[in-house]
Amino acid sequence: MREVELVIIGSGPAGLCAAVSAASAGASVLILERSFRPGGQLIKQTHMFFGSESQYASYRGVDIADILLDKIGEYGDRIELMLNATAVGFYDDNVISVLKDEKEYFKIKAKSVICATGAFEKSLVFPNNDLPGIYGAGAVQTLMNVYGIRPGNRVLMVGAGNIGVIVSYQLMQAGIEVAAVLDAAPRIGAYLVHASKLARMSVPILTSHTVKEAIGTDRLEAAVVCELDDRFQPVPGTEKRFDVDVLCISVGLSPLNELLAMRGVEMKYVPQLSGSVPLRSENCETCIPGIFVAGDASGIEEASSAMAEGYLAGLCAAAKLGHVPDDFESRRSEYLKQLEDLRSGPVGERIRAGMKISQL
Amino acid sequence: MDENTIICRCSDVTLKQIRELISQGYTTYDEIKRLTRIGMGPCQGKTCGQLVLREIANATGRNIADLSFHNIRPPVVGVKLHLVAEEAENNEE
Ligand SMILES: Cc1cc2nc3c(=O)[nH]c(=O)nc-3n(C[C@H](O)[C@H](O)[C@H](O)COP(=O)(O)OP(=O)(O)OC[C@H]3O[C@@H](n4cnc5c(N)ncnc54)[C@H](O)[C@@H]3O)c2cc1C
Ligand code: FES
Repeated sequence: MREVELVIIGSGPAGLCAAVSAASAGASVLILERSFRPGGQLIKQTHMFFGSESQYASYRGVDIADILLDKIGEYGDRIELMLNATAVGFYDDNVISVLKDEKEYFKIKAKSVICATGAFEKSLVFPNNDLPGIYGAGAVQTLMNVYGIRPGNRVLMVGAGNIGVIVSYQLMQAGIEVAAVLDAAPRIGAYLVHASKLARMSVPILTSHTVKEAIGTDRLEAAVVCELDDRFQPVPGTEKRFDVDVLCISVGLSPLNELLAMRGVEMKYVPQLSGSVPLRSENCETCIPGIFVAGDASGIEEASSAMAEGYLAGLCAAAKLGHVPDDFESRRSEYLKQLEDLRSGPVGERIRAGMKISQL
Repeated sequence: MDENTIICRCSDVTLKQIRELISQGYTTYDEIKRLTRIGMGPCQGKTCGQLVLREIANATGRNIADLSFHNIRPPVVGVKLHLVAEEAENNEE
């Protein structure tokens, strides 16, 4: 069985930064990525990123992926990036089983592991929610921005958080009509810069609204929406019908970390972090020594914090393996400082509360 | 209406089925899983898991954080049996 010093699962911003950080300290790294293309969520993002300068704010997500991949290239002798390789099992003795190209299955033994597997989309319950034409926002973005495929002609977006609003704007840039954006909450969740782009294009954003049902026989033909009162109950008589062929569901993400759960890492349901998350130390280490977590897998945040956590986890994992760089303490405190800044202020309040609960 | 609302799209289980089972007293995720195959499809409960837990929480007045989900076991996606068998043979040598 092949043995590797450090296995990083996932090549999104968290995994790529972890690899650069660990390799620069002297560790040998194998990155497993289930997709044929590295970069995680970044490769779908054609918009300019928000965040701070050390996390490439005002670059497009897809360009950030290229910058990080160039850095990975600089450590070519110490980092191997394996694509189309899904980690499917994680066992007691740090053995990871891998399914590659859907036709090879093998096991790898790791001294240390960083889980940077990202997130999955939440779904929504309403009548006829299985009609063709009803998608998650991630699927719409992948079709449109990775494969260049038009998901439909007229879209109703459910969810006015950053993702719902950004994907709506990207749909319009692709020449697809967006009939309206709904959100159950009484306020728009997205940052104002993104929401105002839609307002300028006269797309109505209906707050305190939800989907009542989807209509269609073989595929989606229309959706009926209704208003919600302040206890999130439907208000009778407020139904409106939208003739659309796509209903795009963007009601949030949950951390994807089933590999850690099966390895026996202690997990906890933390609503502020959007699901079940591993308990971890300040250095991103779980209750099992040598097993780390970084990015959305440890709680839904943003690419900026995923990168800072990746750098931190990579540095600390390398140090545990005996690769302690001279500037270890200054680098560690720099990443901790970046995370503290990113989570400061009222926007970071939920995350700070969640981190407190999930701290070992 | 509930019979057209899908909770588990991998195994085609409806909201009506889930609500009926809960009203019959099956108020744990594992019981409902064994009776309906929720959580046993290709997504291994990533889509339906939280929806079912929320139904149980609403019906029983318990907090979703206090309800238990199923034990997570490998593999996270489908792997062809012949690949598993070949790997086992190679590893014995
Ligand atoms: C529409 C949209 C707009 C956004 N805009 C911004 C923004 O402007 N600024 C910002 O800071 N953030 C933004 N974000 C958020 C940001 O994209 C995510 O927070 C970030 O990508 C999380 O990084 P990650 O590395 O944790 O996970 P991901 O980017 O999700 O990467 C996880 C990787 O792990 C791989 N993987 C998963 N499971 C396995 C497995 N078992 N085996 C092998 N590989 C696996 C996946 O294929 C994926 O490549 C946006 C997100 C979306 C959807
Ligand atoms: S939706 Fe239930 S197992 Fe996939």
